[in-house]
Amino acid sequence: MSYIKPKFEHPRAPKNTLGYTRKEYEGSLSTLCAGCGHDSISAAIIDACFELAIEPHRVAKLSGIGCSSKTPAYFLNNSHGFNSVHGRMPSVATGANLANRDLVYLGVSGDGDSASIGFGQFAHVIRRNLNMTYIVMNNGCYGLTKGQDSATADQGSVSKAGSVNNFEGIDLCAIAIELGATYVAQSFSGDKGQLIPLIKAALSHSGFSLINVVSPCVTFNNNPGSTKSYDYVREHNEALSSLDFVPVKEEITTEYNEIDVKMVEMHDGTFIKLNKLHQGFDPQDKLSIINALQVARQKDEILTGLLYLDTNSIELNDLIGTVNKPLNSLTEKELCPGSAVLEGINAGLR
Amino acid sequence: MLRKNDMSTINDFVVRFANVNGTGSASANALFAKSIFRMGVPVSAKNIFPSNIQGLPTWYEVRVSEKGYLGRKNGIDLMVSVNPQSLKKDIASVRPGGYFVYDSTKKLYEEFLREDINFIGIPLMDICNREFSDPRQKQLFKNIVYVGALAKLLDISFDELEKLLSEQFKGKEKLVIPNVKALNLGGDYIAENFDYPLDFRVERRDLVKDWILIDGNAAAGLGAVYGGASVVSWYPITPSTSLVSSFEKYANKLRKDPETGKNNFSIVQSEDELSAIGMAIGANWNGARAFTATSGPGLSLMNEFLGLAYYSEIPVVLADVQRSGPSTGMPTRTQQSDLLMAAYASHGDTKHVLLIPSTPTECFEMMAEAFDLAEQLQTPVLFMTDLDLGMNEHMCPPFKWDDNRKYNRGKVLNAEELEEAQEWGRYKDVDGDGIPYRTLPGTHPTKGAYFTRGSSHDEKAVYSEDSDTYVRIMNRLVKKLETAKTLVPGPSFYQENNESEIGVIFFGTSRYAAEEALDIMRADGLKIDAMRLKAFPFSQDVADFINAHKQVFVVEQNRDAQMRTLLINELEVNPKKLIRVLNFDGTPITADLIIEPINALNLQSI
Repeated sequence: MSYIKPKFEHPRAPKNTLGYTRKEYEGSLSTLCAGCGHDSISAAIIDACFELAIEPHRVAKLSGIGCSSKTPAYFLNNSHGFNSVHGRMPSVATGANLANRDLVYLGVSGDGDSASIGFGQFAHVIRRNLNMTYIVMNNGCYGLTKGQDSATADQGSVSKAGSVNNFEGIDLCAIAIELGATYVAQSFSGDKGQLIPLIKAALSHSGFSLINVVSPCVTFNNNPGSTKSYDYVREHNEALSSLDFVPVKEEITTEYNEIDVKMVEMHDGTFIKLNKLHQGFDPQDKLSIINALQVARQKDEILTGLLYLDTNSIELNDLIGTVNKPLNSLTEKELCPGSAVLEGINAGLR
Repeated sequence: MLRKNDMSTINDFVVRFANVNGTGSASANALFAKSIFRMGVPVSAKNIFPSNIQGLPTWYEVRVSEKGYLGRKNGIDLMVSVNPQSLKKDIASVRPGGYFVYDSTKKLYEEFLREDINFIGIPLMDICNREFSDPRQKQLFKNIVYVGALAKLLDISFDELEKLLSEQFKGKEKLVIPNVKALNLGGDYIAENFDYPLDFRVERRDLVKDWILIDGNAAAGLGAVYGGASVVSWYPITPSTSLVSSFEKYANKLRKDPETGKNNFSIVQSEDELSAIGMAIGANWNGARAFTATSGPGLSLMNEFLGLAYYSEIPVVLADVQRSGPSTGMPTRTQQSDLLMAAYASHGDTKHVLLIPSTPTECFEMMAEAFDLAEQLQTPVLFMTDLDLGMNEHMCPPFKWDDNRKYNRGKVLNAEELEEAQEWGRYKDVDGDGIPYRTLPGTHPTKGAYFTRGSSHDEKAVYSEDSDTYVRIMNRLVKKLETAKTLVPGPSFYQENNESEIGVIFFGTSRYAAEEALDIMRADGLKIDAMRLKAFPFSQDVADFINAHKQVFVVEQNRDAQMRTLLINELEVNPKKLIRVLNFDGTPITADLIIEPINALNLQSI
C-alpha cells in the first residue's frame, strides 16, 4: 500500500523523491528543556527520514519511559507512535515487527530505560537481531526525576549536586557488540553531520541497529566534572571516521584512496562511505572494534562513528522462518484450518 | 489370599498408580486409561506429580465411572505400587477391602502389611530381568507388565490394548512385539497365581459415544490456531508450557504457506513474562492476533503491561493455567487462585474480561472466542484455566467449527474509511457502546496516525492532565465493560426454573465434582439450583440467580473464596448470603467436599 499524494502545506519547500516536504516528517512542539540534546537527535531523525524518502506512515516509532521516550511525539507526526512502559519498548517493538515485517521500526530509549530497568530487554532484542533502529539518547542521568545517576554514568563523573559516581558505567555499545548486534554506532547530539548519515545507514540495515548518542542533559548533568557534559564530550570525542551515506541511485564516480576510505555495501544496495578511517580499524572486524573500545577507555576517549557492521545479518523473521507476507495481512483462509481438518483431529483423539 | 465381596461392581472404581518420576510410567498408565475409554466406559485420569524431572514420587489416578462422573473421588480401590519411597503411605491409602498390587521381587516389610486389604504381589523386576535383555527395556517393561496384570484383574480387553500399542508405535512396528509380550507376561502371571477378575471390573459399554480424550492445554493451543492467532510470545512455566507446545505442534501441521513452506505464524520464547506480554501487546497493536500463556507467577509479572493494554485499549489474549500459589507455591498442583489478581490486574482502576472454561471442548471454543472478544472490546481477555484442566486428559464432546464463522476483528478503520471519516479520534465513543475506533500503523499517509500511551490522554490520543478529560475517559472504560457483560458467554443453569431456596455456584474444573454432588444430593431428596459461571464481568442473569435464592454456596478451589469476593464486590450481594465451599490442597475438588458443607447447613436450618 502506498500513498504518494499527501496534502502539501508549503508548495515551494524542497521535496524529497516521494514528493514530501521536510515538514511532513516533523512532530509536535517539544516540551523538553531548552538546549536539550534530545531535541537535536529528533531533528536528525527528521532529516534522515526526509532525505531517505521513507513514507512517514510506514514508520512505527516506539519508546519506553523517560525524557528520551517522550521524543517520538516530536518527530514523524504521520507515523503511529507507541509510548510503552519503562524499559519494555524492545518487547513491544518485537511483537509489532512480528505482526508486520514490512514497516520501518524506530525505537527511542534512554540510558535509564535501556541500561537499568530495561537492560534485560535491551540484551534480548539484540540477540534476536530484530530488524529495527534503536536510538539511545544517553545523558548519564535520570532527567525526568531530577538528575539521579544512571547506569551509564562513568565512574568518577560528578553530578550537579557534587556527588561522585562510585560505580562502573555500562558501555551500551560494547555490550551490544558482545551480544551480537549487527550494526552499532556511537555519536554525539551536537554532531548532526555525523549523526544523520548514521541514522540513514541504520534505517537501511536489515537487522538490529544500535545508535548510542551521548546527549547532554542541560539541566542536571552539564556541569564541570560530568563526563556527559557538552564540553567534556567535545573534548573527548574521537571519531573513528567521518562518513557519508550513499543512496543506491547515486553513481559512484570518484576513485577512492584505499588507505583511509572504505565503501561498505548494505544489503539493499546502498553504501556507507567511510572517510579518514582510523588506521588499523575496520568496522566489519569485530576484534578491531573490541580492541579500539578498550584502548579508548584507557585514554578517556569517546569513540564515535560506525563501530561495527555485519552485512551478512539475518533478521528475526528470517531466522524463525516466517512468511514474507506480513502476518497481520493473513486472511481467515490462511489462518483457519476449517471443520474438515478438525474432524480428522477429533478422530485421532478417540 | 483374596477375599471376595458379595457384590460385584461394574465400571465404578478408582485405581491409583504410585511411580517414580522419569521411569516411563506415564505412557503405560495412559495406555491403561485409554483402553477403558476404548471399551466405551467413561474414565478420567489425573496426574499428581512433583516439580521434578527424575526421581521423586508421582501418582496417576484413574477413575472409572459408569455414570460418567469425571471428578476426583476419594477412596482408592486398587493401588499399583512401583515406588518404594512412598510405599507406607500408599498402603495406608487403600480403602478397606481394596487391593494393593506391588513388585514382589523384594519382600514387603512386615510392619507395612494390613489385614484389611488384599495384596497382589507380581515379581515385576524378576520377570523383566528374565524376559528382556536390553537394560532399558528391563526398566520400561515393568510398567507394561503391570498394565497386563491389571487388564487380567479388571477384565480389560487385551485386543484394545494391542490396538493402542500398534497405533502408538505406528512406523516402529518392531516395538509392538516386545510390548505385547510384556502385556501377556503380566496377564499370564495373574492367570496362574490369582483369582480373576476382581469384585470390581470393567465391562464394555457404549457410553463414550463420539467423545474425545484430550487435555485442556492441547485443546486451547488448537483453539488458538482456529481463532487465528499468528504471533505467540511466551516464557516457560508449568503448567502452561504445553499450551504453547500444542499451538506449535498444530501450527506446524496446519499453518505452513503452501508455496514456500514458511510459517504463517511466529513463536518467540521470550526472556521473561514481562517481555512475553509486551510482545503480544505489540503484535496486537499492529493488527495480528497474538497471545501469551502463563501461570500465577507470570501473571504477577505481567500486571504493569495489562494496565497499559487496558488504558491504551489494545486487544491481547492471555492464557493463565492456574497452579497453587502464593509465590512458587506448589507448581505442579492445581488451584483457582489467580481470579482476583486477574480481574483487577495492574495498579490504578482496572477491570479485565475473564473466560473460564471447564472442559477441553470449552478450552478450544473459548480460546478461539477470546480473540474475537479482545478485538471487539480492544482490551485484554484472560483465559482462566487450571492445572487439572490444562495438564490432565479429560473425556469431552468433540471439537466443532462452523466454516461460515467469520472472525470479528472489531472496529478497525481501513484507508478508505479513514478518507471518509469526518473527525476521527482514537478514543472517541462514536457508537455509545464505549468502544472507540482504532487504526493500524501503515494504513494511510496522512490520516489515522496517533500516539499510543499509558499516560492520560484525550479522545484524540493527545497527552492530557486535564481532570475532566481524565474522568471522561475513565468513565467510558466503565461503559465498555458494561458492553462486555453483553458479549461474554453467560452462565449455564442446571434447571429451567428455580426450584429451591438454595443455590450453588461453581466454575471451571469444579464442574465435575459439583455435577456429581448435585446428583447425589438430588437422589437424597435435596433440591438445589445450580449455575456455572463462564466469564467475568458478570452478566445480569448471574445477579438474577443470586437474588432469586436465600442461600447460595460458592464452590471454588482457593483459600480466600476469590470468586465470592468478586460476586460481592461487583453485584453488591449481602456477604452473608454467599457461603464458601472451598478446596485448596492442590488436588482437584471431590463431590464429598461439596456435599458436606451443604448438608451441614441444611441440617442446621432444619
